[in-house]
Amino acid sequence: MADSTTTIGYAGRLEDEPIITRLDAAVDWVRKNSLWPMPMGLACCAIELMSTAASRFDISRFGAEVMRFSPRQSDLMIVAGTVTYKMALSVKRIWDQMPDPKWCIAMGACASTGGMYRSYAVLQGVDKILPVDVYVSGCPPRPEALLDALIKLQEKISREPGLKNLKKVAAASAT
Amino acid sequence: MAIALAAVNALTKRFGDKVRAPVAFSDKVTGRDELSVTLAREVIAEACELLKQESVLAFDFLVDISGVDNYDTDPRFRVDYLLYSHKTGALLRLKVAVPEEDATLPSVAKVWRGAEWHERECYDMFGIRFTGHPDLRRILMWEGYPFHPMRKDFPLEGKPSNVPEVAFTEAAPLQGGPFVTVPAEHAGEREPRIRENALPADVRDNAKKP
Repeated sequence: MADSTTTIGYAGRLEDEPIITRLDAAVDWVRKNSLWPMPMGLACCAIELMSTAASRFDISRFGAEVMRFSPRQSDLMIVAGTVTYKMALSVKRIWDQMPDPKWCIAMGACASTGGMYRSYAVLQGVDKILPVDVYVSGCPPRPEALLDALIKLQEKISREPGLKNLKKVAAASAT
Repeated sequence: MAIALAAVNALTKRFGDKVRAPVAFSDKVTGRDELSVTLAREVIAEACELLKQESVLAFDFLVDISGVDNYDTDPRFRVDYLLYSHKTGALLRLKVAVPEEDATLPSVAKVWRGAEWHERECYDMFGIRFTGHPDLRRILMWEGYPFHPMRKDFPLEGKPSNVPEVAFTEAAPLQGGPFVTVPAEHAGEREPRIRENALPADVRDNAKKP
């Protein structure tokens, strides 16, 4: 417990002493705590996505509040809603415009599997056109479920061997 | 109704036997009192022009254009035009039969600009081409999609298609999907429900426990 003689505040000791860690861990730590979502709001799930961002649930507690409407500035696509075949063309194009490294959350039944729309007009899951990291069930999912998905994604990112991937990319571009 | 009858008379006077006798629909409960008239398809654009320009009729608003597929009958298609007059409050329905082997109609987009999208939808869903349309592209499905989904011989789940470098479609798993509708007399029993074996047995049994 803090008493009158304890200084509460930033641990000054950390500023003086070096912290030793793996580069991967440091990079992943930075990345996972600053995800910039691209809100791909296509149906009613987008309403829940908005309330996740609003004050009651407040997605900024997890560092993902910077919703960018430009794919070039974002690294997490949240596909919130029904992906029709016509819209799928745009979703794929926006995904391709996002710079690496990038992740994707399929929010709700429709984005995950086509949901109740067993129809000629609806893509049966957004994973048919782009890689999905986390699927969220629900129709629509509650904001807590989306936050849970975000935390799961952060856990996934923190396990990523980023440096190894970087070497792989460098090797691929060299050949 | 009086205005609509006057409109039919004007059409008959101008186009003669290309206008069939009108059919009235009246219903005291809903207060509906409407007239439908069937026209030959070659006169539809002129007829619409007449109905809009004639000052006593003044059908200035095209409510909707809808396609109908009477599969297995000849002619196969029908296109309905629903007209409304803001001046008189009159409502008039025009019906045009369209044969399958030559599914074309004159466009009325020059009469009402709003017809442009209605006709695009009708083309997209039924494959009826509107001659003289300024920009006859698909409106709901993607450009290059090879089918017309509202035709009766097109399955609800869709058909696989592939246009390389553009897009693809797959048939949706209708029977194998998670939700099924069982034929039943009462709507409550017909309601889509989760398929009996959609979930693993242990999950299903756990869900049934109180």
